[in-house]
Amino acid sequence: MAKTLFEKIWDKHVVKQIEDGPSVVYIDKHFIHEVTSPQAFSGIEKRGAQIFRPQQIVATADHNVPTMHQELPIKDALSKFQVDTLIDNCKKHGVELYGLGHKYQGIVHVIGPELGITQPGMTIVCGDSHTSTHGAFGSIAFGIGTSEVEMVFAAQCIMQSKPKVMRINIDGTLKNGVVSKDIILYIIAQISASGATGYFVEYAGSAIRALSMEARMTICNMSIEMGARGGMIAPDQTTFDYIKGRLFAPQGADWDKKLAEWKELFTDADAKFDIEINIKAEDIDPMITYGTNPGMGLSVRGTLPTAESFTDATEKQNYEKALAYMGLTPGQSLLGMPVQNVFIGSCTNSRIEDFRLVASIIKGKQKDPNIKTLIVPGSQEVAKQIKAEGLDKIFADAGVEIRQAGCSACLGMNEDKIPAGEYCISTSNRNFEGRQGAGARTLLASPLTAAAALLTGKITDIRDILN
Amino acid sequence: MQSLQKITSKLIPLRIENVDTDQIIPARFLKATTKDGFGKNLFRDWRYENDDETKPKLDFVLNQKQYSGEILVAAKNFGCGSSREHAAWSIQDYGFKVVVSSFFADIFKNNALNNGVLPVTVSDAFLQQIFAQGANDTLTVDLEAQTITIDTTGAQEKFDINSYKKTCMLNGYDDIDYLLNMKPEIEAYEKASK
Repeated sequence: MAKTLFEKIWDKHVVKQIEDGPSVVYIDKHFIHEVTSPQAFSGIEKRGAQIFRPQQIVATADHNVPTMHQELPIKDALSKFQVDTLIDNCKKHGVELYGLGHKYQGIVHVIGPELGITQPGMTIVCGDSHTSTHGAFGSIAFGIGTSEVEMVFAAQCIMQSKPKVMRINIDGTLKNGVVSKDIILYIIAQISASGATGYFVEYAGSAIRALSMEARMTICNMSIEMGARGGMIAPDQTTFDYIKGRLFAPQGADWDKKLAEWKELFTDADAKFDIEINIKAEDIDPMITYGTNPGMGLSVRGTLPTAESFTDATEKQNYEKALAYMGLTPGQSLLGMPVQNVFIGSCTNSRIEDFRLVASIIKGKQKDPNIKTLIVPGSQEVAKQIKAEGLDKIFADAGVEIRQAGCSACLGMNEDKIPAGEYCISTSNRNFEGRQGAGARTLLASPLTAAAALLTGKITDIRDILN
Repeated sequence: MQSLQKITSKLIPLRIENVDTDQIIPARFLKATTKDGFGKNLFRDWRYENDDETKPKLDFVLNQKQYSGEILVAAKNFGCGSSREHAAWSIQDYGFKVVVSSFFADIFKNNALNNGVLPVTVSDAFLQQIFAQGANDTLTVDLEAQTITIDTTGAQEKFDINSYKKTCMLNGYDDIDYLLNMKPEIEAYEKASK
């Protein structure tokens, strides 16, 4: 029977199907971090159970770590206790930890792929909704809650109902100045912040095939922002070339065996999806969000919807609530509006290619004097590569400081916050109220659009700089 | 896990769509290493001016004294965003046993079920009927019968829940007990897939 990519991997991992209930799905890799794991460790201890397969777990500290002076003790007592608890738990239960100060430390969804831990055909979970990132390699990867972290600790399996499948085809050639972040912001603006709830999404089409692995990760990363359980892209030569030679990639004869398996990971020609959506790459402009969920986005040259365009009273009320929070007016355009902050980082856009993109725009130029920056590489490895390529000098010459690896201002758990009432062009994934700090106003965009704002101090169409 | 069979309660109406888990429990409260005490920070930044408990925002429903009860009713796409189970813990710790909406985000739904909080999905029309109720009117949610009833009007809808999760909820069982009993099958699977 013809199968989708999702079904091929799912079916292979079902240990048991509970009658009129969820499937028991085997998990190949389990990533954990300091914020969503402590209660799972204490839960398993309270049951008197052991971690079933500790060697299939990789831990890091990322959500709650400072991005300056990581060599010093963490100042915030609660944060320090949480990070120390992770160290103790990993030691006690025999879990590999790339903690603060370790050369492989970084945002969990950056280090998994860069170390070659993430591989096609795997099932991968983490107590973090952006686990969908790993789907870029043709794996089933999704975020879970802490009870489910405990579940995987206990039995290396998870209870999940099989989601429906959606395919989004993006064909054609992207316009100059448009990158993968714009593709995903465009998709979410089209189908809304809940448009893919209940579905697992496969991204396909010539525009996806043309993307690098890092660009594909940016797209799969934000699948959750339209409600999807996860997102995935069939592996191809780009995938195999990326993985080969990485630290935990298969070697020698094992590589050949794995490669043969990975080449079978594609959706069969006559497989059926519950929904298919087709998008023309040429229709996508550089995108920016204006509201308080990632579905509230438009072309950087667009104008906000008018209040009259909402027929449903609750929707209209919610739109006005969002705009009041953002300090914006229905019908206005955003181009040329001053911003005070630029955040480049997060599991969405903190990889080396993102830094190359930004460097290509700011090289030989000065940042706008009114702009405050938080520029945060996704991992120690990315930071090392930035230096190796001399990008750090380009940033320094532009008057911009590069910090140390962590989640930082994406969720504002550490001290990296945006002041109340100020605007921040952010390469992260969520523009929820207060996400980057109480009262902070987040405008999600690509690294290129962020770089443009870095130079001009306002919302700018990157194409005006490129041309 | 706490069990739940049938509940009749007043409701707290939250007429907001796309309530994300950052609103339910802001990130600065995720530094805890236990599951306790999240209720006092539920909807923290919607509840208080400048994070100040002496300055409740009176336009927010949790601060309106006429409303009380163990059933939270929210507009569509409740619980979207982050996977933080702290959202379910804070709703439970505040005292809610049931959350009603016309649409739930997936991860939140699982997290709620794993903590003995029942998510009840109703039609848009039924949700509007619930929102039309007064502060003293009650809802009855009967898990065994899978029904939700507006007691003043008698209007009723059936809701979906798979029979496995229903059994867990009625009896207070959790998934981990089930999985721990499946170890031999899981080991056999591992052996076969090598």
